[in-house]
Amino acid sequence: MTSVEFLAWVRGPMFQIAVAIFVVGVVIRLIEIFALGRKADLSKPRGGETMPGIKTIVRRSIPDPGTFKRSPFTIVLGYLFHIGLFITILFFVPHIELFHDVLGLQWPGLPTPLVDAVAIISIFAMLAILANRLRNPVLRFLSNGEDYLVWAATLLPLVTGYFAFHRMLFPYQTMLGLHILSVEILLILFPFTKLMHFFTSFIARWYNGAAFGRRGVQS
Amino acid sequence: MGSALEQNLRAITIADRLRAEGISRRGFLKFCASTASLMALSPAMVPAIARALENARRPSVIWLSFQECTGCTESLTRSHSPSIENLILEQVSLDYHHTLQAASGEAAELAREMAMQENQGKYLLVVDGSIPVKDGGVYSTIAGITNVDMLNEVAAGAAAIIAVGSCAAFGGIGHARPNPTGAMPVSEIVTDKPIVNVSGCPPIPTVITGVLAHFLTFNKLPELDELGRPLTFFGQSIHDRCYRRPFYDKGLFAESFDDEGARKGWCLYRLGCKGPATYNACATTKWNQGTSFPIEAGHPCLGCAEPDFWDMGSFYRALSIPTEDTTRTLVYGVGTGAVLGAAAAAMARSRKSKAKALHYKVSVSDLEESS
Repeated sequence: MTSVEFLAWVRGPMFQIAVAIFVVGVVIRLIEIFALGRKADLSKPRGGETMPGIKTIVRRSIPDPGTFKRSPFTIVLGYLFHIGLFITILFFVPHIELFHDVLGLQWPGLPTPLVDAVAIISIFAMLAILANRLRNPVLRFLSNGEDYLVWAATLLPLVTGYFAFHRMLFPYQTMLGLHILSVEILLILFPFTKLMHFFTSFIARWYNGAAFGRRGVQS
Repeated sequence: MGSALEQNLRAITIADRLRAEGISRRGFLKFCASTASLMALSPAMVPAIARALENARRPSVIWLSFQECTGCTESLTRSHSPSIENLILEQVSLDYHHTLQAASGEAAELAREMAMQENQGKYLLVVDGSIPVKDGGVYSTIAGITNVDMLNEVAAGAAAIIAVGSCAAFGGIGHARPNPTGAMPVSEIVTDKPIVNVSGCPPIPTVITGVLAHFLTFNKLPELDELGRPLTFFGQSIHDRCYRRPFYDKGLFAESFDDEGARKGWCLYRLGCKGPATYNACATTKWNQGTSFPIEAGHPCLGCAEPDFWDMGSFYRALSIPTEDTTRTLVYGVGTGAVLGAAAAAMARSRKSKAKALHYKVSVSDLEESS
């Protein structure tokens, strides 16, 4: 397979396969979660559900002082790489072209040097996260193979994308092909791993907030 | 053919011809120097190139045109006004070329056969156009001979083959989906001869003369990339040498052909430029005697020097956009996921209600009785 054939394959059929697995998997899992069903709560509600739910989504995204003191590394690095990931995915102009094609939505991109800097920060944050995970005995004890797999699957698109943009390592077709392939691997792993937290963390926070809200607990 | 005149013509060297054309030695050496620099050779090689070219006898060239549009020939013969590059082309003894030869019919075929006999194992074979192989190759024939048969016959006695243009090099438009004629590039049919792919639709004339000059100077073909193209011309991408590159790096893009960005000459990536993934010398050698190249004229690069560029999605969609309809996959995916998800949920619920049905109430007295 030449580099051109490789690029044509990852831009063509492979991308569709990856998107299909991603969408079908995510939709199945979300419907399963929503259709679990809860017993009707017959008690008299002491408060609303919607607002406390939304409030909890926001509040649990902000670390409380105690948690921050206990694990500042996890929080700072986690924030850095998550924000970096969102910026590189959503505001790099070639990516916006992709979203425009698929979703029909378009938004202004950020200057490329800025995205480039953010990508580098994210890559280093992710490397530091791994170091922290391996260094801290509790974190290391809690980690299993899936955690490392998900870490690698998230880092690879960043690294290959950085190399492709800077035209390093391989001829551009190969490097761009590897970048797209790494994203496809991420999409395929997504529904079956902890990557689902992209959706489920919000569902869980809303559910908690709503349940407490109904019982009159201030969120 | 084979007459005294022909013998004399073959004995003429480039040096003789230069004198006859009234081109100064200074002009000739300038050409040798620019050829050396184009091919990334050391300046010390310039005298060697000059000596080799001066003394080179007319090599016999057979030019076979198969499934093609004659654009490659047009590019090579018409794009330059008479120049030293042309002289190199004139210097070769073009013994057979559909479009350019005066002879027709059987006389034309005879010229080919004689050139093959006289220069067995020594002639250069230039091919433009793809070769259809489906249904016994009937989709393109010359003098009743299928293209594939003619290629095999002529290639057998060739010293080397130059596949000119993206059709001969990679199959080109004939090879594009659904490829109704089973079009193939030269390299998939002839596997036992050195082949140089000079791709492009059409290819750059200077690249052809550069390859010929290299062959005449060193009596071998230049160093090639993984696609069989001369590295010196195809070693860098359009994007790497594009004068609009700083705008790409800064993130300044034209978003339509008539917006402010387009007028300011910003990067054409969003308008579908395939320059980042296209390896050719357009941005450096340029076209029409160095006047400009497509991007300079305000049009994105189509990627015509790369294999199957017709099948790489629209010319006007950015390189980062997948070639197939992702929106459709997304919609069908949501539909399929919803059905499967609903089925999974229904199964879970039925298991739950079955489990519930198996429950029965146990009182303290029941427990006492059983113990």
